[in-house]
Amino acid sequence: MENVVGKPVPRVEDARLLMGQGKYIDDIGTPPNTAHIAIVRSAYPHASIQSIQIEKALEVPGVKGIITGKDVVQYLNPFSVGVSAPVKYYPIAVDKVRYVGEPVAVVIAKNRYIAEDAAELVKVKYETLEAIVDIEKSMEDDAPLLHENVGSNIANHRSFHYGDAHSAFKNADRIIKHTFNFPKYSATPVETYGIIAQYESSSDQYTINANFHGPFVIQAVMAGALKIPSNRLRIIVPKDIGGSYGIKAGTFPYMVLCAIASRIAGCPVKWIEDRQEHLSASSSGTDRVTYIEAAVQEDGKVLGLKMKMIDNVGAYIRAPEPACLYRTHANTTGAYDIPNLMVDGYIVMTNKLPTGLIRGYGGQELYFPLERIMQMIAHELQLDPADVIRRNLIKTEKFPYHTASGGIYDSGDYEKGFELALATGKYTEFREKQEKARKEGKIFGVGLACIVEPSGSNMGYITIALTPEERAASLPKSGCAEAATISMDPMGNVNVRISTTPSGQGHETVAAQIVADVLQIPREQINVVAELDTATSAWSIASGSYSSRFASLGSSAVYYAAHKVKEKILKIAAHHLQTKEDDLVIESAIIRSKSDPSKKYSMKRAAGSAHWNPLSLPDGMQPGIYETYYYTATIAEPPDENDLINSSITYGFVADMVTVEIDPETAEVKILDYFTIHDAGKLLNPLIVDGQIYGGLVHGLGGALYEELAYDDKGQFLTGSFMDYLCPTAPEIPNITIKHIETPSPVTPLGAKGLGEGNTMSAPVAIANAVSDALTPYNIMIDSLPLSPTKIWQLLQSSKVKTT
Amino acid sequence: MGTHSIKLTINGKHYVEEVESRILLSDFIRENCGLTGTHVGCEHGVCGACTVIVNGTAVRSCLMFAVQTDGEEIQTVEGLSQDGELTPLQQNFKECHGLQCGFCTPGILMSAQDYLAKNPEPSTQELKEMLSGHLCRCTGYDGILKAIQKTVDENKQLALTEGS
Ligand code: FES
Ligand code: FES
Repeated sequence: MENVVGKPVPRVEDARLLMGQGKYIDDIGTPPNTAHIAIVRSAYPHASIQSIQIEKALEVPGVKGIITGKDVVQYLNPFSVGVSAPVKYYPIAVDKVRYVGEPVAVVIAKNRYIAEDAAELVKVKYETLEAIVDIEKSMEDDAPLLHENVGSNIANHRSFHYGDAHSAFKNADRIIKHTFNFPKYSATPVETYGIIAQYESSSDQYTINANFHGPFVIQAVMAGALKIPSNRLRIIVPKDIGGSYGIKAGTFPYMVLCAIASRIAGCPVKWIEDRQEHLSASSSGTDRVTYIEAAVQEDGKVLGLKMKMIDNVGAYIRAPEPACLYRTHANTTGAYDIPNLMVDGYIVMTNKLPTGLIRGYGGQELYFPLERIMQMIAHELQLDPADVIRRNLIKTEKFPYHTASGGIYDSGDYEKGFELALATGKYTEFREKQEKARKEGKIFGVGLACIVEPSGSNMGYITIALTPEERAASLPKSGCAEAATISMDPMGNVNVRISTTPSGQGHETVAAQIVADVLQIPREQINVVAELDTATSAWSIASGSYSSRFASLGSSAVYYAAHKVKEKILKIAAHHLQTKEDDLVIESAIIRSKSDPSKKYSMKRAAGSAHWNPLSLPDGMQPGIYETYYYTATIAEPPDENDLINSSITYGFVADMVTVEIDPETAEVKILDYFTIHDAGKLLNPLIVDGQIYGGLVHGLGGALYEELAYDDKGQFLTGSFMDYLCPTAPEIPNITIKHIETPSPVTPLGAKGLGEGNTMSAPVAIANAVSDALTPYNIMIDSLPLSPTKIWQLLQSSKVKTT
Repeated sequence: MGTHSIKLTINGKHYVEEVESRILLSDFIRENCGLTGTHVGCEHGVCGACTVIVNGTAVRSCLMFAVQTDGEEIQTVEGLSQDGELTPLQQNFKECHGLQCGFCTPGILMSAQDYLAKNPEPSTQELKEMLSGHLCRCTGYDGILKAIQKTVDENKQLALTEGS
């Protein structure tokens, strides 16, 4: 049988999704007396709640109950979070609202229409307070305070020093610095949050169905908030999730809110978020200010970096934040060989929607200043940006490469990848074209970016937010465990159970490919179950769909579980054929002896014996075939006392070249061509790989040009519909060329690395570099996003050099 | 709230139902008729996930009331394939990886089906314009365009063979 791993085979998920038979959260049945929820939300960014009048709303026929913050606090602890600041975060406002859209009351009614009617009759009296949304102003002494008991809007601060940055800066020919602002934006999956929650008083147990995809460490956070042992909180994730890109990790506060609503109302409840709620009050990426300084030699070599990063996590810091700041900690110096590094990391809270996971998580915020400064270095030293990148890229012979901050880049050939990007994009030719175009009054530009794409997070990295002393006082965290279970029924048919809660990434397909190769059975015969049930599935706190962990971790768990099944089958066959296991091979579901080809045994028979005739099994062997494998990579160690942390398991590489033209009349940025080179190790299914890359790139494009969750300076939210929050649609997509090189990861058994987030990290800065390059004659410097026509127009107007 | 009795056909099947006048067609299709293949992504007419075909025209079912479809004929994604066989358009979505999470897909299939029936030989730019009424956050639209383009090409080929 021909192996299928590495082949672009079509997906097993597709038939059901194309025929309208997907099973998303809003498609699964509910218990007969399920009520529906509508949430009354704050229209103010910062206000104290004076009173909530619910009497009128309660009279609406069909209303089953209305609950407010005061009703729920008795059942709840504040959510725990990985910083020591005593922020009290509940899923509903108690005394004060801190962002527009924060839940204030929950109406429970017979159906959603009635719930909405009643919600309109709930009257909340507020006393407004001064709001703060500006990152740096929020840190000033006289800034309005969000959490009085914390005493400051700073939720966390840590400083790190690796190598010898002081000497690097002393010995540098020049110091080049700038301040960059990365905006708050989201990912807006087309399916919104959805929850069905049910409380059973007899067992004091909550069962929650939700399109929550982990990280499952949050299951314990939810159980803690609900004040119950964690095995009394059963979470069931449906087979299909309508996209997430990280955002649905933020479902958890609403899961707890619905759980309490079910308990108080005495019936199961269902809530499907609407789009306005999603934009204003689900989750988003962080906005960040970065002060970056580079110590450089005249030839463009970077000796050291200083970065002060300030992340805005919104009104409350909540799990898994402050991870946005630290997920990329090991790869802070990106694709460059820079041994000296200082990082000053702040987390602030302001009157905006709380943040969480988002595709690229931390990468786009990191690479925006880093790759912009590389271009600035070239500009100031009058070098070609490609040469500055070349001078600093990690050399191929240095892998596995140890970064300043503790990362271990497992494999790569960055120079080859970058040269391939330049060759594919015809960099030199474009430079000539650009010069000609400039003479004709056209505005052409080219942008480059090289980034490292981390995947498979080490659970230990979160604790880097604590000081070594604080860490020493608590239990260490490490690893990146993922589980898979494979069973074979008496007829030899295979079920695979995975815990990676996919939301469109095709995990069912790839898991079937891997099992098919190991067990040598057609992949069509393999049934993959992607639903996750915390009461019955094998899972770990690291389980879930985030940090591109399927290709590196999920696939490894599947691979080893399949090997356990194979071993058992071979043991059974060897016993019956009276030979050694290593004398046996599996070919198209038949087990044969290599030394005596007449000796054969069917896989079905081996499975049948395990179930039907356990007394025939080798001594000591358990009946049945049901194997679980828990996988973790050994390189996922906790941070050490010097704050060195290998925050991810595998590290891919992306090199981008993008060309743009700016219309001098409308200031619109048109992308002429986007070239992207990827090295994600061994590719498991190239069809799915390219699909992930397109999706990630277009999300990056959205971040560069269109998408922003905008607030005015008083904290009012401005982008509450898809008419205001602009997502890229088909006509906006440029020509995209994707190429791959494959340097297998030595860390994972299949050599694969995670992917799909790389261009979300690289595209915003690659495009910003191209636009900056285009606007060089106008002395315009791009240091914020998105690059809307309005922004470019204003920059052109204020530029000293006239456009005519 | 007053109710109305409506009679309509969905995917060739007759429905007689009592509905409140404010019930959206999307909710009616999903909840009253149990056809959950039609998805709701925004309820304000931008994402296109809820697109169905009413009397031969693709419409956004979140922008219509169920009562407006009294006496009409509706087709939803469940009505595309027959006996478990994918239509050529659906098959091409599979082959070209035109879907990931699949949430936007039913709406796009309905729009494309309607559009191709009326415009058998569209240009790529025209296809992109048609798709601009749909949001897909997974695919970057590449696989979707390829799938529709492939269907156009195959249809042309078919017309040629039939014509000759
Ligand atoms: S749900 Fe109808 S267009 Fe979005
Ligand atoms: S396939 Fe997920 S939104 Fe289109």
